[in-house]
Amino acid sequence: MEKDNDRRIWCFMLPVLVAIFVIRVLYVLYWTGKPIGSSKTHSLRTLIVLGSGGHTAEMLSIMNVLQNDIYTPRIYVAAATDNMSLKKARVLEESLMHQGENSGRKMIEAAQFIQIYRSREVGQSYITSVGTTLIAMAHALWLTLKIRPQVIICNGPGTCIPLCASAFLFKLLGLGWSHIFYVESIARLKKKFRRAHYVGCLM
Amino acid sequence: MDGAENGEHSRKMVFVTVGTTCFDALVKTVDSQQVREELSRKGYTDLLIQMGRGSYMPSKVSGEDEPLTVDYFTFSPSIADYLKSASLIISHAGSGSIFETLRLGKPLIVVVNEDLMDNHQSELAEELAERKHLFYARPQTLHQTIQDMSPESLIPYSPGNPMPVVRLMNKFLGFPTD
Repeated sequence: MEKDNDRRIWCFMLPVLVAIFVIRVLYVLYWTGKPIGSSKTHSLRTLIVLGSGGHTAEMLSIMNVLQNDIYTPRIYVAAATDNMSLKKARVLEESLMHQGENSGRKMIEAAQFIQIYRSREVGQSYITSVGTTLIAMAHALWLTLKIRPQVIICNGPGTCIPLCASAFLFKLLGLGWSHIFYVESIARLKKKFRRAHYVGCLM
Repeated sequence: MDGAENGEHSRKMVFVTVGTTCFDALVKTVDSQQVREELSRKGYTDLLIQMGRGSYMPSKVSGEDEPLTVDYFTFSPSIADYLKSASLIISHAGSGSIFETLRLGKPLIVVVNEDLMDNHQSELAEELAERKHLFYARPQTLHQTIQDMSPESLIPYSPGNPMPVVRLMNKFLGFPTD
C-alpha cells in the first residue's frame, strides 16, 4: 500500500515539476533576448571573456571605446594557459586610466583580472575535451557565484561557453540576471546568424 | 617603402610568425632549400622565424657572405618590433597577426595550417586575399607564391570601427547611445 501511494504521488508530482521547469526555461528565454527600455542602474558589473590572439585584439578594440562609467567594475577573464591576453588588457586599462586622469576626471581602479581553466585547447581532440570541459564548468560556476556579473561580453567559444552556461543556469535558478553579448569574430565569414545584428567590423 | 633599398649593405628581413600555435609544417617549409633560394632571389637578406610551440628546429645560418641569414626564437611578448622592421611577413592564419601586419601596411603572405580541427581561420585569409590585402598560400605552395607575388599589387587595409557594436549594447541595456 505504502509503495503504491508513493508511486501515485510521484505520478502526480513529476509532470508538475517538469511543467514548472519548462515554464521557467521559456520565461527566461523570452526575457533573455529583450532589450531594456531604460536602465534603472548607473553601473553594471561587467565580465569580459578574452579568447586568444585575434579574439583578444577584437575584444580590446571594443573595450577601448566602451563607456567606462557604465560598465564598471570590469572583470577580465582569460584561459589559465593564456599568458598574453590579461597582460594586454592590463595595459589597455592603465592607458584608459591615464586618459581619464588627463581629462580631469577622477578614476578609480575598476578592473580585475582572473584566469580560468580552459575547456579545450586549439587542436585538442574532442574525446579528451569532455573531461577538461567538466573541470572548466565547475570553475566557471564558482566564478559566476563570486562575481555575479550583470553583463557578459565574449567573442571566443573556447573560454566563454562554460561561463555563459553557468550564467544562464543562474538565471534559470533565479540567482541573478545577466545580459550576455556575443560578438562574432571577424574570422567567421561564411556562417551568418539570422538573429545576430551585423553592424560592422571590429578590426 | 621602408627605405631598405638605399645603401649597399641594406638588409631586407623576412619575418615568419606562427603566434602561440604549433605549426611545424610552416617552419619546415620556410627552412627548405627551395623557399630560402626563392627569398634570396627576391632580394631578401635575412630570415627570422618565430616558431611558437613547434618542435621542428630550423637550421641557423649566419655570416656576412651568406645570401640569406636564418635565425629563430620561440616566443616574444610583442612581435610589433619585428613586424615593423620586416620587409615581408609570412604568418599563420591567426587574425591577431594578420590585422597587426595589415595595419602596418606591410606585405603579407598568410599560410594556412591544414591540421587544425575547425579551420574557420582559412575563411578570413581567403577573403582578405580575394580583396587583395594579402597573399594566401598553403605550406606546399609557399615557394610558388613567393615566386609569383608582387607586393605592389596589394591594396592597403582600412581598419574597422567598434563604435556601432558599443552603441548597440548601450541601446539594449537602456543607456544613451552617444
